[in-house]
Amino acid sequence: MSTTTVAHHDDHHDHHPTGLMRWLTTTNHKDIGTMYLTFSLIMFLVGGAMILGIRAELFKPGLQLMKPELFNQLIGVHALIMIFAALMPAATGFANWMIPLQIGAPDMALPRLNNWGFWLLPPAAILLTLPFTLALFGIGDGALATGWTFYPPLSIQGGIGVDFAIFSVHILGISSILGSINIIVTIFNMRAPGMTMMKLPLFAWGWLITAFLLVATIPVLAGAVTMLLTDRHFGTHFFDAAGGGDPILFQHLFWFFGHPEVYILLLPVWGFIPQILQTFARKPVYGYKAQVYSFWAVGALSVVVWAHHFFTAGMPVPALLYFMYSTMAISLPLAVMFFCWIKTMWKGSMSFETPMLFTVGWIILFGIGGLTGLVLADVAADAQYHNSYFVVAHFHYTLFAGGIMGMMAGVYYWLPKMTGHMYNEKLGKLHFWLTAISFNLTFIPQFFVGLAGMPRRIPDYALQFAEFNMISSTGAFILGLSQLLFVYNIISCIKGGEKATDKVWEGAQGLEWTLPSPPPYHSFTEQPVVK
Amino acid sequence: MIEQGDKQSQRALANKKLAYKLLWIVAGSLLFAFALVPLYNVLCSVTGLNGKTQNSATTVVSAKVDEKRLVKVQFVATVMPGLGWNFYPKTPSVTLHPGQVESVVFVVKNTTSQTVVGQAVPSVTPGKASAHLKKIECFCFVRQELKAGEVKEMPLRFFISPELPEDVNELTLSYSFFSAVKN
Repeated sequence: MSTTTVAHHDDHHDHHPTGLMRWLTTTNHKDIGTMYLTFSLIMFLVGGAMILGIRAELFKPGLQLMKPELFNQLIGVHALIMIFAALMPAATGFANWMIPLQIGAPDMALPRLNNWGFWLLPPAAILLTLPFTLALFGIGDGALATGWTFYPPLSIQGGIGVDFAIFSVHILGISSILGSINIIVTIFNMRAPGMTMMKLPLFAWGWLITAFLLVATIPVLAGAVTMLLTDRHFGTHFFDAAGGGDPILFQHLFWFFGHPEVYILLLPVWGFIPQILQTFARKPVYGYKAQVYSFWAVGALSVVVWAHHFFTAGMPVPALLYFMYSTMAISLPLAVMFFCWIKTMWKGSMSFETPMLFTVGWIILFGIGGLTGLVLADVAADAQYHNSYFVVAHFHYTLFAGGIMGMMAGVYYWLPKMTGHMYNEKLGKLHFWLTAISFNLTFIPQFFVGLAGMPRRIPDYALQFAEFNMISSTGAFILGLSQLLFVYNIISCIKGGEKATDKVWEGAQGLEWTLPSPPPYHSFTEQPVVK
Repeated sequence: MIEQGDKQSQRALANKKLAYKLLWIVAGSLLFAFALVPLYNVLCSVTGLNGKTQNSATTVVSAKVDEKRLVKVQFVATVMPGLGWNFYPKTPSVTLHPGQVESVVFVVKNTTSQTVVGQAVPSVTPGKASAHLKKIECFCFVRQELKAGEVKEMPLRFFISPELPEDVNELTLSYSFFSAVKN
């Protein structure tokens, strides 16, 4: 596949290695997209199982199931897995599958880089979780136990789990950068004739901003964890106060990456949510330009607000005020987006198939996440909320509801296109209602215990929090188990089911719906002309 | 067919060029991450953001004592993990006029059975007061070596500069003792 003539030759015959070699060597954007999505689903279950261990421990006050050390490890690794190995690969998987189809490109711009980008992920996931297994054989004391934020001095004192996590983050970072470069080049260079930038589907726009954020901020994280590594082993003192270093510096570096990361996870979702809305409201997207500009505004603001993650670490008042107001300013472009989403539905002839259910639920729940974020951005209030369960509930509203439930909407929306079969609609709806209700059951109590002062990342709690924690754990187990319905529905949809039409949804708009379901292995070898 | 092949290879070249350009952004932000370290340190030493105080003796002692103001200075002593010492200030706090030179004593005891070298690292809160705490003599200027079981009384002579911001009436001087030898 190294020369263009072979690539051209290929589309008439569709020959490629079969079995394992097909997946190891593939440069096809649909194959790679499928691998990303599969990997993401597996890691979603792994990360979910870890947090169910945590919720089981928190079901009752006192220590029942595990030692505090293991508790700390599970919390940090759960977060790293969900962010880097579940949400980000899911977004990249959709990008691989859908961006070439949406912009009328034959494939991603850099297919072999694409293959590398994916195959870096499994080793990184293994590196991250290996210390758990090693500890069983008496090597080391388990995985990273600092929480996903790696704060020194704890991360400087930690065991080999920290080193494994640092190398894992390096590899995950390289993978994200490769994927991002590929997406930027694809969107800039591979669009079909007539597909101008302001005609791009919003999903491509959202991903373009995400990709730029990743390229600009992942190296900062890589740099920060590298400094941590040299502090641990090579006698440098970037963050080690003993030699004149400053642990707070790490927090600045980490959140310079970490805050944009939040929008990196969300922008692709903000991209395809309007597309789902227009499909099921049977109306064109409202405020396309406003949404594109809002994406840019959020992207730009996201890199200048980082210090609101550690208001309590000590900052001069002017700095506190700056970070408070700039953080609150992000709600302005987001309010524009919320308005556009609602206006897209307004007076539409709506129908509520599973993707639409997830999308409408997503708007409400993500809205709660956003509003509770505004409360946290308030410097005066944050002193009370910092490091409490209020924060945990807030970021799960943004990242589980806003991230994962958004991705689920995407899965149900595009699964018939990708597999050629309709999924089971009844099961899908059941999955939505179980997920939405048990999600709220899990996290609403956490707002209250947080306000009452229950600190996060602690394996035990005061007795007055017992009832709320029991409700929360019950919700978490229902939430976890209902995801098995999701997995079952996906697998049975891949295996068979009612044949999907090319357009799949009555109101679907965009180039991907002009292709057969499933699309041929090589699509758009003759680029369509967009008018 | 051949024409299309040409077009495709041209596009592949353009793709590669753009990818390399994007790699410059990656390299730039990696560099930026490391450049932030000295930038941060400069910013902190100018503004006193992180409470770091000067770690060498002040030679110029201000003669002017501001009799109208009283400032309370509290002392905090911490021993970091890996150093088997006891460490505490003899007086937990002093109240003094800005410009007035004060002496206090910190006591340290090596509770281990071997000779150990430690280094004390100071920090002042609130951060904006850190530049105004001037030390004339301090045990933190040099490493301290203690034999097994040895007890040492260590002096600290300092004054608060009269330029201390008006709204600061109380400040905390904290010392963390670290093991000076990496294990």
